[in-house]
Amino acid sequence: MNAALTIPRTLDITAIRQEFPILNREVKGRPLIYLDNAATTQKPQQVIDALVSYYSNYNANIHRGIHTLAEEATASFEQTRDIVQAFIGAPSREEIIFTKGTTESINLVAYCWGRNNISSGDEIIISNMEHHSNFVPWQLLCQEKNAVLKIIPIDDNGELVMEEYEKMLTTRTKLVSIVHVSNALGTVNPVRKIISLAHAVGAVVVVDGAQSAVHLDIDVQEMDCDFFAFSAHKIYGPTGVGVLYGKKALLEAMPPFQSGGEMIKDVSIEKTSFNDLPYKFEAGTPNIADVIAFRSAIRFVLECGKEKIRRHEEELLDYAHQELEKIPGLKIIGKAKEKVSVVSFIIEGAHPQDIGILLDNRGIAVRTGHHCAQPLMDRFCIPGTARVSLAVYNTKYEIDELVKGLHKVVKILSK
Amino acid sequence: MNEAGSILETEKEIVEEFALFDSWDDKYEYIIDMGKKLDPLDPVFKTDENKVRGCQSSVWLAADFQNGKLYYKADSDALIVKGLISMLIRVLSGRTPVEILEAKLDFIREIGMTTHLAQTRSNGLLSMVKQMKNYALAYKIKDPLASKN
Repeated sequence: MNAALTIPRTLDITAIRQEFPILNREVKGRPLIYLDNAATTQKPQQVIDALVSYYSNYNANIHRGIHTLAEEATASFEQTRDIVQAFIGAPSREEIIFTKGTTESINLVAYCWGRNNISSGDEIIISNMEHHSNFVPWQLLCQEKNAVLKIIPIDDNGELVMEEYEKMLTTRTKLVSIVHVSNALGTVNPVRKIISLAHAVGAVVVVDGAQSAVHLDIDVQEMDCDFFAFSAHKIYGPTGVGVLYGKKALLEAMPPFQSGGEMIKDVSIEKTSFNDLPYKFEAGTPNIADVIAFRSAIRFVLECGKEKIRRHEEELLDYAHQELEKIPGLKIIGKAKEKVSVVSFIIEGAHPQDIGILLDNRGIAVRTGHHCAQPLMDRFCIPGTARVSLAVYNTKYEIDELVKGLHKVVKILSK
Repeated sequence: MNEAGSILETEKEIVEEFALFDSWDDKYEYIIDMGKKLDPLDPVFKTDENKVRGCQSSVWLAADFQNGKLYYKADSDALIVKGLISMLIRVLSGRTPVEILEAKLDFIREIGMTTHLAQTRSNGLLSMVKQMKNYALAYKIKDPLASKN
């Protein structure tokens, strides 16, 4: 292998930071240190500009307008679909459905696929580390259909116990829905293996990519998942836009999610026929501006280079692990071999909420609580953690400030 | 009457105490100290019924009604929340339901703790105030004498 090709140029983080206007602000009189990126990432100027440009220059309702503005808006909206298709390696643009977020994408599958394919006694498998959005829809579906919900256990490091998963698969397994990267632990799950095992028993697999799409290279064809769900706002894009990728044959066989405008072909008093993919699942006026601006977010990621972003974040993650563990009484929750971007921790004698409030006093934003993953917190017998999650614009300096802040926090709380 | 003076007087006292601190850390250290001085809550009161909803941490709040006045007891597993509630108890405990219901509690804003009142913070100060006022309302309705005070 040519060594030169494997050494990527490093990112100019100082220049990248300048693209994010919010990073110039102060919180409680100190420069903002934003370490809550798994909740949502900040937005680069080009995303903000795309929103302003749409509303300033070509705001119009899309798809049926005959006038110039409608044509421009439609073209721009549909261009994002093409970019998203390429971004996740989907075979066709018809398989890219815009939703309002990962939660809606998963619910769409639960309603439209689940309610037509799950019956009494069938089995659905999820894991103990799912976000509530990939937990509750399946729990409700199982209750409604009298189906069985099986939970893949995780070990003390925060990794799935794959042997248990293999034992769970039966001919009654109809669906496996699994998080790609855990929002609370950062664990990267072996989705390819999970999928091939599920397919061997004829089950359909949903991958919750809310946390993975920004960090990992996503190729849905190589992964061979049946559905892949993710959100724009965790990839430097606007809130209110999500994507559901689904294999064409499955999507075509599914009934519509919501009904109204856009999703119809013909409506008469007797009967309505539905539009083709992807519009069948996009009833009503979509979130045009944010879908358009999402394209700028993807462009930002591609310009930086996912590989380079990952290297930068990996370096920071290792550094954060190493420095945080020096804090007396601090315990990291989730030490999977494969993990990205997230460090969750508890400190003996300190409630995560107190840690969060006192860090905020120093302008440091972290998330505290159960991270919408209560079954996972129960697994570790803790009410919650403090979670640091990284993005491309974070720096070693910020980790140092975090560690300094935590030392002070420990001092205050242990007085 | 609370021996320390009226609700407004107690609020003013707290505001004056906070004026001594320059930094946020000092303010919060003071809040934590106040929480530590809170009378311990008997574990029998730590029930689901007494749990205040909307808090990221666990907060238990119980109330006693004696001679037309409400007396609050509380605890939390988080230190800052415990401190915040100890301030509320200092201001509102030993008052009549009418006094409690009419309290505006402007001191919270004056000492710079408004962030804890925001819905988004899920620190539950808002929920605690609501719960304390709910007790007052309940006793006001239950005890016709209380509403005359």
